[in-house]
Amino acid sequence: MLKSVRSLQGQQHELSDPALQLNVLQQPALHGDQFPVFAEKLLQHDLYPLKPTGSTILQINVGKMCNQVCKHCHVDAGPDRKEIMTAQTMQLCLDSLKAAPQITTVDLTGGAPEMNPNFRWFVEELSKLGKQVMVRCNLTIILANKKYHDLPLFFKEHQVHVVSSLPYFLASRTDAQRGDGVFEKSIKALQMLNEVGYGKEGSGLVLDLVYNPSGAFLPSGQQSLEAEFKRRLKNGYDIEFNSLFCITNLPISRYLDYLVNSGNYESYMHKLIDAFNPAAATGVMCRNTISVGWDGYLYDCDFNQMLELKVAQSAPQHIRDFDVAALDERNIVLNQHCYGCTAGAGSSCGGETVK
Amino acid sequence: MEKTYYNPADLAKFGSISELQPEMGSKFFDYYGEVFKEGALTAREKSLIALAVAHAVQCPYCIDAYSTDCLEKGADENQMMEAVHVAAAIKGGSALVHGVQMMNKIKEVTM
Repeated sequence: MLKSVRSLQGQQHELSDPALQLNVLQQPALHGDQFPVFAEKLLQHDLYPLKPTGSTILQINVGKMCNQVCKHCHVDAGPDRKEIMTAQTMQLCLDSLKAAPQITTVDLTGGAPEMNPNFRWFVEELSKLGKQVMVRCNLTIILANKKYHDLPLFFKEHQVHVVSSLPYFLASRTDAQRGDGVFEKSIKALQMLNEVGYGKEGSGLVLDLVYNPSGAFLPSGQQSLEAEFKRRLKNGYDIEFNSLFCITNLPISRYLDYLVNSGNYESYMHKLIDAFNPAAATGVMCRNTISVGWDGYLYDCDFNQMLELKVAQSAPQHIRDFDVAALDERNIVLNQHCYGCTAGAGSSCGGETVK
Repeated sequence: MEKTYYNPADLAKFGSISELQPEMGSKFFDYYGEVFKEGALTAREKSLIALAVAHAVQCPYCIDAYSTDCLEKGADENQMMEAVHVAAAIKGGSALVHGVQMMNKIKEVTM
């Protein structure tokens, strides 16, 4: 079988359409039973409508362009995606952030955010505003082209908090999810980040890793996995890092395609639903995070963004109208994929939500 | 009657064994939960032991459940297969060690 190196959109795959993804999520299970509706589940636990608890993080997706085509990518990112945030939209983000002191952290994601031609300027400006800047770096971008080789030093200069995906401490499972040769390059990139001080005790330069399962199973035991990752990466490659974030794969986009094609969709949904944890639901990230799309539209999270589910109509819809107080009054938009963030110990861009 | 003795969907119904004997069922599941908590052994080590035992007792439900559980707890494929070899070695060894009994018997009844 030929390996897919294009995004679902590039393949003109029917599941690249968010409406069809939502349609799949609404379908009953094999024997005709409906999966319990997520919103009703929240209602049973007095969490509906789900409201923000106070927004402190702005997660900005600066584009869908990426040097990798990971099998589980919820963005459907890849080299063939051309949607990237313009400097004008970035300026709107900066203007909004200047007037929003309660937003203390800016989380830059993509695609590979570094591929946006205005990425460095944007980080510099965010840094001048005194915001803590977090970059979701896929690691291999550092080695993808000579012009990216100095990214570790650039990150250091701006005290960027680097968060990087490494689904496993072995090549087999990492490459199965992220592409052939990704593990080896990721290891090299981690060593380069360590060389400038990232992940080293006392350096103040934070390097966190993200683990998400390479298959149709859930993450379990963040603390124990972190210890195992630290032991394996230190012993095998002399790599150090700060924390491991366990993130559950949400059943949308390419991961949904994988689940459907591998015959795992129903059992995965049952697994997520059976593992519903009200404590995890209380701590979901959409309660303190606002997500901005490449074109400036506002969403409750990066997953809703990819499903084109904008924030509730009562709230400002675009970054040009950004108003944290008004956004904090909104009802968060929910759908069946939200079970992914409430399973077990919970899942967010910062890992487990139940400590 | 079911067409086969084992139905994968029955694994998810394991909890229903409490319906006919709630008190014992409840005590069993409390105990089960306690056993698999992180302790002197890590949850991952316990899961690997469970996987080995699942093979030794040849329980398809347990093999399904603990193959996934081992993956979820971060075990790698080598560790999982080594665990199965431990089960195989003990199963094989337990058959072979009875060979001594056979040899004793041979000695007893032959000239």
